[in-house]
Amino acid sequence: MNKFEQFPDYQVPGVQHHDFSPYESNGGSIVAIAGEDFAVIAADTRLSSGYNIHTRTQNKLFKLSENSVLGSTGCWSDTLSLTGLLKVRMQMYEHTHLKVMSTDALAQMLSITMYNRRFFPYYVSNILAGVDKDGKGVVYSYDPIGHCERATYRAGGTAGPLLQPVLDNQIGYKNQNLSQDELPKLSIDRAVAVAFDTFISAAERDIYTGDSVIINIITKDEIKSQELPLRKD
Amino acid sequence: MLNNYQSSGYPLWSNGPTPGGFYNFTGGQQTHKLPSELVTEGPYGTKRNTSSITTGSSVLGIRFDEGVMIAADTLVSYGSLARYQDIHRVFKINNNIILGGSGDFADIQSIKRNIDQKMIEDQYYDDQITMKPKELSSWLTRVLYGRRSRMNPLYIDVVVGGVDKQGVPFLGNVDLRGRAYEDYVVATGFARHLALPLVRERKPADRDFTAQEASDLIRKCMEVLYYRDTRNMSKYTVGVCTTSNCLVEGPYNVNENWTFAANIKGY
Repeated sequence: MNKFEQFPDYQVPGVQHHDFSPYESNGGSIVAIAGEDFAVIAADTRLSSGYNIHTRTQNKLFKLSENSVLGSTGCWSDTLSLTGLLKVRMQMYEHTHLKVMSTDALAQMLSITMYNRRFFPYYVSNILAGVDKDGKGVVYSYDPIGHCERATYRAGGTAGPLLQPVLDNQIGYKNQNLSQDELPKLSIDRAVAVAFDTFISAAERDIYTGDSVIINIITKDEIKSQELPLRKD
Repeated sequence: MLNNYQSSGYPLWSNGPTPGGFYNFTGGQQTHKLPSELVTEGPYGTKRNTSSITTGSSVLGIRFDEGVMIAADTLVSYGSLARYQDIHRVFKINNNIILGGSGDFADIQSIKRNIDQKMIEDQYYDDQITMKPKELSSWLTRVLYGRRSRMNPLYIDVVVGGVDKQGVPFLGNVDLRGRAYEDYVVATGFARHLALPLVRERKPADRDFTAQEASDLIRKCMEVLYYRDTRNMSKYTVGVCTTSNCLVEGPYNVNENWTFAANIKGY
C-alpha cells in the first residue's frame, strides 16, 4: 500500500505532470462605489488572453436580482461557471423561501460558494454591489477563495491595483486631514464620473482594460445602465 | 492535481478521513465513486497524454445581417506532416446550427458524435423543438469546463454559429477550458492573428456585414491564411446558415498566384 510519505521528491513514472493549465487570465477591471442610497458598479468590456483580444463587447456585470449586480473578471470560464451556479442557487432560494435573496444573503452565499472550491479555486476577482434591505448602498469584495469584505468602494481585476489608490483619494479622501463633517456627501453623478474617469486612466496603462466601460447604477427602485467608449488599442 | 487528490487518499486511521477529506463522525468513511477516468491503475496514479496528435488549424466565422458563415481548410496535420488533406472541419449540425472545429481532430470527432446523438434524440421527440446555436454553445461550455476541471481536457477550439427561432444570427467560440463568448467575428488558431484584424478593419460601425461582404472577406482571409500559415492548405469548406438554408459549401480553392516568386532574387 502506498502511503503519502512514500511519494518521492523526484519525478516518478506514472505521476501526472501537466503542460496543461486549467487557468487563463482573460483580463478586465471592475470598480464599485457605494453611496448613502445607491451603489454604482462599472466594468470594462474587453475579453482577452495574452496579446489577443477575443471580443470588445463582453459585459462583465451580472444582474443577480433587482437590487444587486455582480462584477466578475479573471478566468472567464470560471466566471461563467460561478455566475451560472449562483443563478441556480438564487432560484432554489426563491422557490424554497418564496422571496428574492437580499444583497447581504447573496454576499454570504457567494463567499461560501467560492470557498467550496478552496483547493481548486475559481480564479476570479469578484465585486458585488447593491442596495441592502434598508435601501443603503453596499459593496462587497472577494478574493478567489472566498474571503469577503464589506466596503464602501473597491477596485478589482487586472487594473485593480492601479485604480484603488485613485478611489482612496477621490472617494475615501484618505490622508487629506479632513474631519468627518468636512467630507462632502457622495452624489450619484460624482460616483459615476469618478468611476468613468478611473477607467479612462486604467485603459491608458493596462493593456487588459479598454474598449468600453459599462456602469450599472443601482437604487432601491431600479438599475440603470450607461456605457462609455474607451481606447481600443 | 485533482487526480491524485482523492484517488491516492488512504484513510489517515482506520475508518478515518482521507488527507484533505472531511471526517464523517456518524458513519465512518464514505467512499465516493469517482469517474472511471480518475481511478486508473498504477502505484502513483496514471499519466495521461494531454497533448494533441492530429490537428486541424484555423477556423474563421463571420456573422452577417441574416446569418453566419464559418470556414476552415480541409487539412488535418500530424505534426508538420500534412497527413489528411480532404477532411471537412465545418459541420452542419441541424437546420439551425453549423460548427467549425480546430485542435485535436480525434477530440473533434468524439464531440461531434456526441452532438449527432443529441440531434437524433431531438428528432425522435418529434415536438418541433430543435436545438439552437446558443444552446449548443452553452452545452459545449459545460462539457469542456467539466473536462478541464478534471484535468483531462478535450483539446479543441470550436466555433458555433447559426440562427435562433426568431431568425437572429448567433456566432460564438468555446475553447478547451470552457471559455465562451460571442461576437460578429470569431476565429481560432492562426486566424486569430491573421484574419481577425482584417475582418475588424472592414466592419462598418453602424451596421452588420451583408452576406456578400462576409463571403468576400472569408475568401480573402482563407487566401491570407494559405499564404502565411504553414499548417494551412489551399482547399477549404464554408458553412453558411441563414433562416432559409443551412449547408456546408465547397470545397473551394484559394485563388493562389505564385508568379511573383520568379521575381524574388537574392536568396
